[in-house]
Amino acid sequence: MRAFTYERATDPVAAARAVAQRPGARYIAGGTNLLDLMKLEVETPTHLVDVQDLGFTRIERTPQGGLRIGALVTNTDLAADDHVRRDYAVLSRAILAGASGQLRNKATTGGNLLQRTRCPYFYDTNMACNKRRPGSGCAAIGGYSRQLGVVGVSTSCIATFPGDMAVALRVLDAMVETIDAHGQTRSIPIAGFHRLWEDKPQQDTVLAPGELITAVTLPPPLGGQHFYEKVRDRASYAFALVSVAAVIQPDGTGRVAFGGVAPKPWRVEAAEALLPQGADAVTRQAFEGATPTKDNDFKLPLATRALAYVIAQAKA
Amino acid sequence: MKFNVPATNNPIDRMSVVGRAQDRIDGPLKTTGLAPYAYEHREAANPAYGYVIGAAIAKGSFRWLNLDAVRAAPGVISVVTAEDAGTLGKGQFNTVKLLGGPEVDHYHQAIAIVVAETFEQARAAAAMARVDYDRAQGRFDLDRALKAAPIVGNGGQPATVGDFGAAFAAAPVKIDAEYTTPDQTHAMMEPFASIAAWQGDELTIWTSNQMIDWGRGDLARTLGMPKEKIRFLSPYIGGGFGGKLFLRTDAVLAALGARAAARPVKVALPRPFIANNSTHRPATRQRIRIGATPDGTITAIAHESGSGDQPGGGPETATGQTELLYAGANRLTALRLAVLDLPEGNAMRAPGEAPGMMALEVAMDEMAEKLGMDPVAFRIKNDTQVDPARPERRFSQRQLVRCFSEGAEQFGWSRRNAVPGKVRDGRWLVGMGVAAAFRNHINRTSGARVHLDPDGLVTVETDMTDIGTGSYTIIAQTVAEMMGVPIASVKVKLGSSAFPVAAGSGGQWGAANATAGVYAACVKLREAVLQSLGFDASDALFEDGHVRSGNRSTELRKAAAAGRLTAEDRIEFGELAEKWQISTFGAHFVEVGVDAYTGATRIRRMLAVCAAGRIINPKSARSQVIGAMTMGVGGALMEELAVDRRFGFFVNHDLASYEVPVHADIPHQDVVFLEEADDKANPMKAKGVGELGLCGVAAAIANAIYNATGVRVRDYPITLDKHLNQLPPLT
Amino acid sequence: MVDWPRLKLSRRGVLAGTTVTAVAVGAPAFTEASAPPAAQPVPTASVTFSVNGRERRLALDPRTTLLDALREHLHLTGTKKGCDHGQCGACTVIVQGKRINSCLSLAVMHEGHEITTIEGLGTPDRLHPMQAAFIRHDGYQCGYCTPGQICSAVAVLDEIARGIPSHVQDDLTASPRATAQEMRERMSGNICRCGAYSNIAEAMADVAGDNA
Repeated sequence: MRAFTYERATDPVAAARAVAQRPGARYIAGGTNLLDLMKLEVETPTHLVDVQDLGFTRIERTPQGGLRIGALVTNTDLAADDHVRRDYAVLSRAILAGASGQLRNKATTGGNLLQRTRCPYFYDTNMACNKRRPGSGCAAIGGYSRQLGVVGVSTSCIATFPGDMAVALRVLDAMVETIDAHGQTRSIPIAGFHRLWEDKPQQDTVLAPGELITAVTLPPPLGGQHFYEKVRDRASYAFALVSVAAVIQPDGTGRVAFGGVAPKPWRVEAAEALLPQGADAVTRQAFEGATPTKDNDFKLPLATRALAYVIAQAKA
Repeated sequence: MKFNVPATNNPIDRMSVVGRAQDRIDGPLKTTGLAPYAYEHREAANPAYGYVIGAAIAKGSFRWLNLDAVRAAPGVISVVTAEDAGTLGKGQFNTVKLLGGPEVDHYHQAIAIVVAETFEQARAAAAMARVDYDRAQGRFDLDRALKAAPIVGNGGQPATVGDFGAAFAAAPVKIDAEYTTPDQTHAMMEPFASIAAWQGDELTIWTSNQMIDWGRGDLARTLGMPKEKIRFLSPYIGGGFGGKLFLRTDAVLAALGARAAARPVKVALPRPFIANNSTHRPATRQRIRIGATPDGTITAIAHESGSGDQPGGGPETATGQTELLYAGANRLTALRLAVLDLPEGNAMRAPGEAPGMMALEVAMDEMAEKLGMDPVAFRIKNDTQVDPARPERRFSQRQLVRCFSEGAEQFGWSRRNAVPGKVRDGRWLVGMGVAAAFRNHINRTSGARVHLDPDGLVTVETDMTDIGTGSYTIIAQTVAEMMGVPIASVKVKLGSSAFPVAAGSGGQWGAANATAGVYAACVKLREAVLQSLGFDASDALFEDGHVRSGNRSTELRKAAAAGRLTAEDRIEFGELAEKWQISTFGAHFVEVGVDAYTGATRIRRMLAVCAAGRIINPKSARSQVIGAMTMGVGGALMEELAVDRRFGFFVNHDLASYEVPVHADIPHQDVVFLEEADDKANPMKAKGVGELGLCGVAAAIANAIYNATGVRVRDYPITLDKHLNQLPPLT
Repeated sequence: MVDWPRLKLSRRGVLAGTTVTAVAVGAPAFTEASAPPAAQPVPTASVTFSVNGRERRLALDPRTTLLDALREHLHLTGTKKGCDHGQCGACTVIVQGKRINSCLSLAVMHEGHEITTIEGLGTPDRLHPMQAAFIRHDGYQCGYCTPGQICSAVAVLDEIARGIPSHVQDDLTASPRATAQEMRERMSGNICRCGAYSNIAEAMADVAGDNA
């Protein structure tokens, strides 16, 4: 871990300024992903701005009838919130399917959106990685890729976004609220928050330098039945091979997004419109143009079968 | 004490302490965090911190190595490369040298150690090393390398009994199947760690090592110094599973770093470094052929296995159990060894049998199905009470049939549907599987020293280790039984080179041999006590803190009234193991659910029935077995070091990407020990269970998965992708 | 004895990272784009927190994790370093009443916090009921993951009592109960390679039953 200086922010704009103006500065909240990567020198910030005192820790109703979740609300608190459990169960279920109790106690809503890929070549600094070191190449292509992406990947990077929470946020059409060094705020639809890698895999999200997540807002409840089906080799404490977040309405229509398959939570609205026709129809369209490897082509039938389970449950 | 005739009645047979479930005597320290592990000893004042730099390539050499930035980094005290270290030897138990450079033998081979004032400084400085490598073509593909790999052992020929070829050709029912097992890593929870401190030319090392005397000897050999100048200490060990049988990088580099820094140095290997830096269980490619008559009598059985290792290494001996487990007049086994440039392959819990049984016991299941026989009945039918190659050698004890029959009864085996893919419970396809467990018993010389103090305390000292196996407690039980004192009056001191050399922890030999060595020392102490008290030896009883003979009774402690009594001895073994085949047996029963949708397998029930000699502490022995069953679940369902065949390394080299079972993977586990006392094994009449508990588990799971799905997967681990497309269609 | 390659500075201008010359490998070889800047000493940062009821003031390299602060600075070595990357749970401690991985948290971020480690739960003479239950049920073998398991187990029962839901709950809106399935799921962030899981679940059930 490289040496860094540390400050504890008391004001969001000042914090954003501190990060925007200083190359190599980074926010730290829960720290569960950043410190992991700093120990390996995958991340090498020179200055850390600790945002834990900024107060974004509340979950409150919005005037529109939705929910506004402070960026510093921990995964545990978010999953345990009564409103979330009742009205946005897919979100609770997604969070509870991820990581461990200890990590969920530290990990924050904002930080979780920013977690980086778990590609093993990204984690090993002896290996070429365009995400870690732009232009160095991608050792994962042609390597061990069982966990890696099957759709939306590029010739420069086949990593996935590893999270669960964001997959649920994607079916809920959440908005990510931010503030920048000038005090400007904006709301970014979750659909556009994570980037496809294309030629710039080093850039995971559309956030500008210094832009700070302050909250995530949810539209009014969708009703319907909520599911988060996570498939993994061991029963807990593992990243998804494939996950399915779904909200299914009594008439069989609904929304569905997939995790563990792409650089971002993978939701194709035209595909989910086919939900009443069954899982095959949905995934055929959702994964059109997929480019799996020999190691991970199972993810395509797996996504179909996991969705089939969700649909069967919704009917049961 | 020479053990060369079967044991007769002895004080252990009273079983007043031995054989009773006993809480671990080290429990209060372990559960309160006060037991000191390698990195935590504080006897060495003002230690500096070492951080190991590993090679970034698998095969080749440096063109140059620039450590200027490292040396100039804040807090750095010294840096040691192989050049700085001068001539180093290689341990006799190490295949590959532990400090590489300029030649690199495998990925993450250590090439330098950085010593700094703090851990943070050492870690940051280590990352500043600049190396230009010349990467050479390495051999990383086992399948390719095995094509030209020779048979090792037996003069380069398969070991045969009868005429396998003819018998197999003539067999009315036969199978011929290939199985693969992957590379696995021990993943013990405590990383490799050592603290080294020099005083003049004498070295003290606090480390985490299963075999004190091997480690001490190999450290002396590596550093080119007399063994007697090394104090080698390992009182608590956070798991080893074979990974800590040998001297490793942490100890050597701590010693070199401490010498260079003229300070005590502590080193722990970072977790992401361990899988490639240390040893692993090698992958295997196995072929099994079984021929039988329609009534299920095996007439021909062949087991061939290929594995790879570094130059000078050895094969994974996956065929060993096949020579002994089942009857059959015509037999063949062979081991092929390919040279690979992957990290060093070596022992991991039940080396040989663990992967061998993963294949053999699936083959037996396949054969039973082909014969239309119940898999339990097929195995019972082919039981043998003699070594099939040398029928004059009987098994000293062999209750395999009882393990199966009692296990089947308790598990409800009769409820298994023999037709696969027929039992459904909601989303789950449910199946049951069975496999034999088998592991040979190994005799090893083992010594101990016992003291009786005037206050009645008995102290036992041996360099035996406790890697979680319960050595502290079973040694205390042995002393308590032999000397007739309560456990609370026994003090057990382990894991120091200052103590007599014991069997150490490995190969499932620890419990039986180490307690037998303690037994031998206690026999001598009893003689000293009787002499001191003026008792006749022939009828003396040691019980309740007293020595009794005829109508005389004296407090034991009085024997030491004039000063501490000390006795030392060791157990040594004669020809009994040549005359008798001494092995341990068991049967594993498993019920699984395979998700009909996703193909993911979850364990629903597990039972192990073991026959393994006298069980010294049923509580810790049961823990050994459930722990082994848990590791078997890992082997069956998830554990695999993924090889990058281009760059020659294990890609998933941390605990997030190399998955081992977690709490949620493991249901309640049942263990039954059959009553047994093996008088051919040792005076304790004990054998071992820690590896037996693993052998066969993965196969039982594989067989249960087949029973659940009707899809036979012969490639471990059985992850969902391997049968997903063949699962019954969704309805 | 092989020739040791001499260190040649600036043969290629600035020496840049670990470079590998690939020989006949299909994938791109790796070249570091930039060398790290020369490291400068960083001033220490001070932090005050309470550990097991005792106030502790430390001046630390800001890189020091809570785990290393406990182990290397306060010599509370009951909290274990198993992976240092949040992948094993051996470093679990209870901070502000909640269990966390102390390896993935900087010590300086815990100003004013109340921290409980295994040493604060009980001692050999005065065992915490969970420690006693682990001994009774043999819920450990090598002992290295054990402090983390026990801290987690104590926190898990508290989480269940506080109504924190889990992945295995069928009805998310219901209050969780201390069933074996619940405890197994909730304890899954604590790996035990010795495989004491079945016994740990029984130790926890024992304690949960006493509390019920």
